[in-house]
Amino acid sequence: MHPLRKQRLKWVLLIVVASSIAVGLFTFALRENINLFYTPIQIVDGEAPTDVRLRAGGMVVKGSIERADDSLFVAFRVTDGAESVRIEYTGILPDLFAEGEAIVATGVLDQNRVLQASEVLAKHDETYMPPEVAEAMEQGHQRREAQKGSGAESPSGYSKGYPSEEKNYDR
Amino acid sequence: MAWQWFHQWGSPRWFYQRSGAWLPWLAVLAALFLAVGSVWGLALAPADFKQGNSYRIIYLHVPASFLALAGYYLMAIAGAIGLIWKMKLAFTAMRCAATVGAALTFVALFTGAVWGKPTWGTYWVWDARITSMLVLLFLYLGVIALYQAFDRQELASKAAALLALVGTVNVPIIYKSVDWWYTLHQPASLKITGDSTLHSSMLQPLLVMIVGFYLFYAVALLLSMRAEVLAREANSSWVRALVTAPQSRERG
Repeated sequence: MHPLRKQRLKWVLLIVVASSIAVGLFTFALRENINLFYTPIQIVDGEAPTDVRLRAGGMVVKGSIERADDSLFVAFRVTDGAESVRIEYTGILPDLFAEGEAIVATGVLDQNRVLQASEVLAKHDETYMPPEVAEAMEQGHQRREAQKGSGAESPSGYSKGYPSEEKNYDR
Repeated sequence: MAWQWFHQWGSPRWFYQRSGAWLPWLAVLAALFLAVGSVWGLALAPADFKQGNSYRIIYLHVPASFLALAGYYLMAIAGAIGLIWKMKLAFTAMRCAATVGAALTFVALFTGAVWGKPTWGTYWVWDARITSMLVLLFLYLGVIALYQAFDRQELASKAAALLALVGTVNVPIIYKSVDWWYTLHQPASLKITGDSTLHSSMLQPLLVMIVGFYLFYAVALLLSMRAEVLAREANSSWVRALVTAPQSRERG
């Protein structure tokens, strides 16, 4: 390569590397602000501030949903597997809101660390499959639960491949 | 000698003739893949167990996002080649890739918003993925604007190439944002290593659409570059010959 071109190539690489380092440090410094929501464990530990608008995210705990009969009020708990936080909301929930589904709620933490939400969004996961497959997997999961202890492998999550049972239903 | 294949790209005339020969093939292939992928994905693939039919936006959203990111690298590399080898055609490629990339980024953001309303409950949220994708759109528009801001083409090309190079840092940020931070946007379903979390009956049409978008991108870029080459070389003898004898166009 011509020495002049080599020189220019070095400049080009320098620009890319230097700007990457600068942006990398910048985002590292701001990493807490880049997160869209606080997890329940951060809220329980007192990492999340009270009385300011923030978002909390997690999975809706099974059996925790309470609805009012005479209004759109709904209360439920969200968990990250370690801790859980109560969320209270009055309004229309997204279609995908359900027990065991992930949500992100915007609101203010009160003194009891209950989130008074003004907006609840459903957080869809990366799993896409036809209804028959989902049904088949649910059945397979239940069968495996029943056989627990008889050397069956641990149930794989939806995001980890597909168990072989699904094949019978896959048209 | 080894560099000859590379240096012939420096000739706009060579490029114009060769790209004219490739275009029909690329266009037919692109149309074929997009037609098969659309019918397969939008009509024949099964509905999703949670989202129903609204998930089908994936067949536009994912390929457009893919090409918006890959196209940025193409633009930045073209800019680097232009800076290092002073190759005009590389700057032309950079300028044209900016337009196509901006359009695809807009498609990705728009389809994402349309899908977000029924799925998440909102059109827009300022999470890391969506915000960094918006920054990508601004980078593309910035390259176009910077290029237009200078009267002297050489200066315009250099300035735009520098911006394109600096912006490359955003591409891995977009790609990894869903893994590095808590976002509303889900992580990638399509995995380069490991199993995709998209069922195979939905994945196959998506792969067809992605190939179709790559081909479409090539067609759009070449068409745009050919127009730009003609405009730049308007005073050269070969373009004049082309205009005065249009029937010999394909043979050059």
